[in-house]
Amino acid sequence: MDVLPVLIEWLPYLLSGIASTLGLVLAALGLGVLLGLPMALGQVYGARPVRWAIGIYVWFFRGLPILVLLFLFWFGIFPAIGLGDLSAFVVGAVVLGLRGAAYQSQIFRGAIQSVGEGQMIAARSLGMSRSTAIRTVILPQAMRIALPGWSNEYPNILTDSAVCYAIGVVELLTITSRMVTQTHITMPIYLATAGIFIILNYGGLKLLHRLEAKIAIPGFGTGAM
Amino acid sequence: MDQAVFLFDILLPALMQGLVITLQLIACSAPFGLALGIAVAVGRQYGHPAISWLCKTFVFLIKGTPLLLLLFILYFGLPSVGITLTAFAASVLGFILCNGAYNAEYVRGALISIKDGQMIAAQALGMTRWQAIRSVILPQALRRAIPGLSNEFIYLIKYSSLAYMITVIELSGAGKLVATKYFTYTESCAVVGIVYLVLVSITTVAVNLLESRVAVPGTTRAATAAQL
Repeated sequence: MDVLPVLIEWLPYLLSGIASTLGLVLAALGLGVLLGLPMALGQVYGARPVRWAIGIYVWFFRGLPILVLLFLFWFGIFPAIGLGDLSAFVVGAVVLGLRGAAYQSQIFRGAIQSVGEGQMIAARSLGMSRSTAIRTVILPQAMRIALPGWSNEYPNILTDSAVCYAIGVVELLTITSRMVTQTHITMPIYLATAGIFIILNYGGLKLLHRLEAKIAIPGFGTGAM
Repeated sequence: MDQAVFLFDILLPALMQGLVITLQLIACSAPFGLALGIAVAVGRQYGHPAISWLCKTFVFLIKGTPLLLLLFILYFGLPSVGITLTAFAASVLGFILCNGAYNAEYVRGALISIKDGQMIAAQALGMTRWQAIRSVILPQALRRAIPGLSNEFIYLIKYSSLAYMITVIELSGAGKLVATKYFTYTESCAVVGIVYLVLVSITTVAVNLLESRVAVPGTTRAATAAQL
């Protein structure tokens, strides 16, 4: 049997799988920024207990395999705290996001720390409060420095999102295995999916690099990392 | 059932067996992953244009594909073209390819960071290109690549759990099986998680020791940090 008609026949499912995969990735990236940035600020400017707690969080989420995290939350923690009704997609996105926050917080932290200390001193001496200085002086610079490293989180999360297959999220890899089981065509379908992942991967990276170029301030560059 | 009985008589023995498989997976993959990474990086940086292109494409393809899909291809896909691997062998092969591709990027970064003058000077002293790479460039570059390579090694520890998805009962698989049988998901996954955290933490300490151990006095970590 030829593979192309099969792929066309399954196209709607494949597209829904792609949408689901991208949904996971976007949710995880969004959650990662939402949690990761405050965590980075807390780790740089926070009191000792705050820094300590964030350190533990990061150590935990970076030390565990994504598969174990998914099992832990999907079968263990969420049902135990009464959130057993959450769909696999939501759990997958939340776990990828919580884990992404741990990684991204370290990217943001590095960027914040790489902004010279003089910036804060100068801003304070101009009468800005600490939070105003962070918001209007430090972060606009730090976020630009962080962007190349942050962009690299996209392919990581994209490839990790495939592991959500293990808890039954109907994403691209799940659709692929269903196709393989039903059509008994293995290699061509796997390779087609690999192709889709590669396109999503480098296509997304290209978009992110375009964003970097767009928000760059002329003369203020860390260069392409 | 008593918690202590469950923990010591059922969960921990099962996890011990799984841990052995996990360590076997890592031990079989890591050395070849490192060798592949170095070979691909050198091939890409110093090889014939065709070899260089091949190495570049290899890294491009492997980095673009999820590891889990790669494992599926090796375990479920290859038999359709007449190559049948055991689940363990397929896992190891997948880890070697993945680890190698990522290692290659770190080694290449380190190779680039070694100044051109080193190669020119080595050749001026009568070394061949290959001798210069082996005895002048690589010893410096590999030291600079240690932080990145050890990161990848830690990733390998964690991603070895994906072998469970192609039926290798390693650490997380063993935990999952116990969890399903006794309906103790939180406890089992938590203990599995602790074992991974211990593995990763020990490795972190070990690679830091290694880095200071092989450091050449005068070429400190500052040089490495600047290059990152």
